[in-house]
Amino acid sequence: MTVTDERPTTEVGSARRRKEDARLITGRTMWTENITLPGMLHMAILRSPEAHARIAHIDVSAAAREPGVIAVLTGRDIADAQGSLPCAWPVTEDIVHPAHPALAVDTVRHTGEAVAVVVARDRGSALDALAAIDVDYDPLPVVLDMEAALADGADLVHPDKGTNASYTWVFDSAAAGTGGSVAEALSGAEVVIRRRYRQQRLIPAFMEPRSVVVDPTGDQTTIWSATQIPHILRFLLAVITGTPEHKVRVVAPDVGGGFGGKLQVTAEEMITFVVAQRLGRPVKYTESRSESLMSAHHGRDQIQDLELSARRDGTVLGLRVKLLSNMGAYLGLVGPGVPLLGAFMYNAIYKFPAYRFECTGVFTNTTFTDAYRGAGRPEATFAIERIMDELATELGLDPIEVRRRNWIGSGEFPFTTVAGLTYDSGNYEAATDRALRMLGYDELRAEQARRREAHDPVQLGIGVSTYTEMCGLAPSRVLGALRYGAGGWEHAAVRMLPTGKVEVVTGTSPHGQGHETAWSQIVADQLGVSFDDVEVLHGDTRTSVRGLDTYGSRSLAVGGIALVEACKKVVEKARPIAAHMLECDVNDLEFTGGSFRVRGNPDGGKTLADCALAVFAAHNLPDGVEPSLDADAAYDPVNFSFPHGTHLCAVEVDTETGRVDIRRYVAVDDVGLVVNPLIVEGQVHGGVVQGIAQALYEEAVYDPDGNLVTGTLADYLVPSAADVPDLLTDRTETAAPGHPLGAKGVGEAGTIASTPAVVNAIVDALRPFGVRDVPMPCTPERVWRAIREGGERS
Amino acid sequence: MTRISVTVDGVRYDDDVEPRTLLVYYLRERLGKVGTVVGCDTGNCGACTVLMAGPDSSPVGVKSCNVLAVQADRGEVTTIEGLSERGGPPHPVQQSFHERHALQCGYCTPGMIMATVDLLAENPDPTDEQIRAGLEGNLCRCTGYQNIVRAVRDAAAALRERATAAPAVPAARPAADVAEEVPA
Repeated sequence: MTVTDERPTTEVGSARRRKEDARLITGRTMWTENITLPGMLHMAILRSPEAHARIAHIDVSAAAREPGVIAVLTGRDIADAQGSLPCAWPVTEDIVHPAHPALAVDTVRHTGEAVAVVVARDRGSALDALAAIDVDYDPLPVVLDMEAALADGADLVHPDKGTNASYTWVFDSAAAGTGGSVAEALSGAEVVIRRRYRQQRLIPAFMEPRSVVVDPTGDQTTIWSATQIPHILRFLLAVITGTPEHKVRVVAPDVGGGFGGKLQVTAEEMITFVVAQRLGRPVKYTESRSESLMSAHHGRDQIQDLELSARRDGTVLGLRVKLLSNMGAYLGLVGPGVPLLGAFMYNAIYKFPAYRFECTGVFTNTTFTDAYRGAGRPEATFAIERIMDELATELGLDPIEVRRRNWIGSGEFPFTTVAGLTYDSGNYEAATDRALRMLGYDELRAEQARRREAHDPVQLGIGVSTYTEMCGLAPSRVLGALRYGAGGWEHAAVRMLPTGKVEVVTGTSPHGQGHETAWSQIVADQLGVSFDDVEVLHGDTRTSVRGLDTYGSRSLAVGGIALVEACKKVVEKARPIAAHMLECDVNDLEFTGGSFRVRGNPDGGKTLADCALAVFAAHNLPDGVEPSLDADAAYDPVNFSFPHGTHLCAVEVDTETGRVDIRRYVAVDDVGLVVNPLIVEGQVHGGVVQGIAQALYEEAVYDPDGNLVTGTLADYLVPSAADVPDLLTDRTETAAPGHPLGAKGVGEAGTIASTPAVVNAIVDALRPFGVRDVPMPCTPERVWRAIREGGERS
Repeated sequence: MTRISVTVDGVRYDDDVEPRTLLVYYLRERLGKVGTVVGCDTGNCGACTVLMAGPDSSPVGVKSCNVLAVQADRGEVTTIEGLSERGGPPHPVQQSFHERHALQCGYCTPGMIMATVDLLAENPDPTDEQIRAGLEGNLCRCTGYQNIVRAVRDAAAALRERATAAPAVPAARPAADVAEEVPA
């Protein structure tokens, strides 16, 4: 779809160009790394070259004598102050939760773990002095493979814990009362499909390396950080270090991407915070890309074992999922909960009656894993959408047809699933029909048949992904029931300035999503002010006091409601003031287009700006009316929201070289009603390409000693423009019920949808060769091998 | 320390630099040109791309993390901050990136825009495929590149039109030179 200048009469729905762009296209952006403070020192981190070792001895004396060096500190020096990095999602009562020191104290458990820091007058001196630190490591056995880690007698990542299993979390529909027994569904079923899929380890690879500046010299200690979560960071820094919360200010200035990768309280933030406080001077740390790839948290890394039973007519009867999820060496902020976000999504858009999910979190000597775009939901969606294609193949059905026979009909919403969620709304038929037309499904199927018939060395495959996701994180009660440590509400504040301009404060923390633009559009409509008269403030706990930040496609779905509610409160506060000025009863007033007018009298109204000025002067306000047109609102949703869509991918696979070319990619998404179609389309583009990258290019690889061999952007293949196709995108719109904007959230949809669409297409192309899976990423070599190993051409 | 004389965004600087200083850190830390950013340490991401002209050569896009500051001696460097006059109209490439929503977080954007200026100087009317190949050295994690391709296409048209409309206008800045040299 091409977004045109469709300009509805409202701001909401129009393809406004972004306010943020002016500074971003001219280089006037405030990245954390740009900040320079008087007397600021620079910190560099010495990182472990060992995947698992005891630190026998560290000698920092030579480094401390290097020119420009102010201090050299080890984990032992700051052990008391740094505490343990937080895990806010201990998913079970008996979870094994080892301490996670920001700066290693006795032992390192993955390569890249911070071992010592140098603080110097300039960046170069700090980096130079790292080489003068002498560390003796006593290597310990390295555990990398999840299944080996769980075997009897396995070497342990945390020997004092006695196990490499962090937790096992189970959902069973029979036990939960949301469905039947999977054992019964599987026994004696006409068709049982068993598959193992591997979600390779990925690296979020946001473009802006993480950076943190801490200034301890003011009354508040100020932390600027390239983070998605300034509010959560403030709370946890205070709790962990014992610094009073009101003495901590966190600022997320312009932040260059996150994708979940900056949803973390990082070792680097903690170390910089503690070191700056220790030295009493501002300290800056900015990671190199190589440091980022090895030490910022990774994503995915699961082994998925599935058993799906069905009748021969294609009706799915039950699904059993057994998951191993690689936690890495420690538990990240929400890492253990990531698979749980997937647990509720394996039933996807289908209404089968029995489901069991069991996940074990496993420690290994690797960088810890945590949220990466989609967080649990891409993994679940991949598995179910892949196995639905396998079912279709087994039954000789078209993959679309097997989905039709199982999906929730558009007339069946709200629908309570076997996983216990209530899907609010959706129309899978409409999205799928549109996608099929856009792709030219029937024509491509005919071409596929011709190529198969002709033994064309370049085969055609079509992949289907009919996804849904739960987003808008989230109802606080549900999160609490899942043992998550925080809530899911969001906050907004709206302040009318005396001149009629509007300042909006949001508790969300954008890092590329365009909130300044979208929030301005919403406020312009709600208050009847100009788009340009709205300023959106965010990411600084001094102005944005409350909030739960940006992740999980939640900002608009949750924060948007808080914003609308705050606007409504402003209007209601202005109403008696306008009535007083118009000398009428409040009940006779109507508010339209930014003005209060006496009902039935189109002339002589009072605008919100008039009211704001009256409040500013406060010379003649009605008795008992507060001289303020400011309002706050916090909103806690009662349910998640459930965007959905149908993505179709046509690939050409060169069976002689294994090369895969995406010939056509169609995405029809239903993310509810849309505030800004330009921004939504951009989110879909970027999301789809990240999912394509998982399917075709990206994998974090460790060698047998636990060294990350994909430690630079030369090795970890973030795709370039030349590696990805143009996408055909469109939308259907099913409003989110009960949401004043009807919005469902779009940040992760593309990534959730696209990976299975691509892999399904590749496998579809290679069915005649007996291929039923290609492990991700589907590199030419892997595709070629799959063809060779798949058996003879049928 | 080595003495260099370099013109950056129209202003001449004479500075002593450590021979090992990379151009990007000279720009950022000495001159405060923080619009140019560092995204990697292997020359893969292109976030630090600027235009550089030698004393006897015309401007080309370089990754300023792969250039030593001393290599810019007697040269002219244009960064994102010098591409258009502050407060004046944006450069057509900047404008088209804005119009086409070709940026989200914006971290790759300065480099992407400078690489585009370079690409269009070399090929004023590229196909989509040539645009994608031409920007292969610049990584973006947000946009999926589709809107970048659209923006580059639009900018190419705008620059061609500008070159046709006013071929003889003398350029005030090196970056404008690039644009003005584009044949009709």
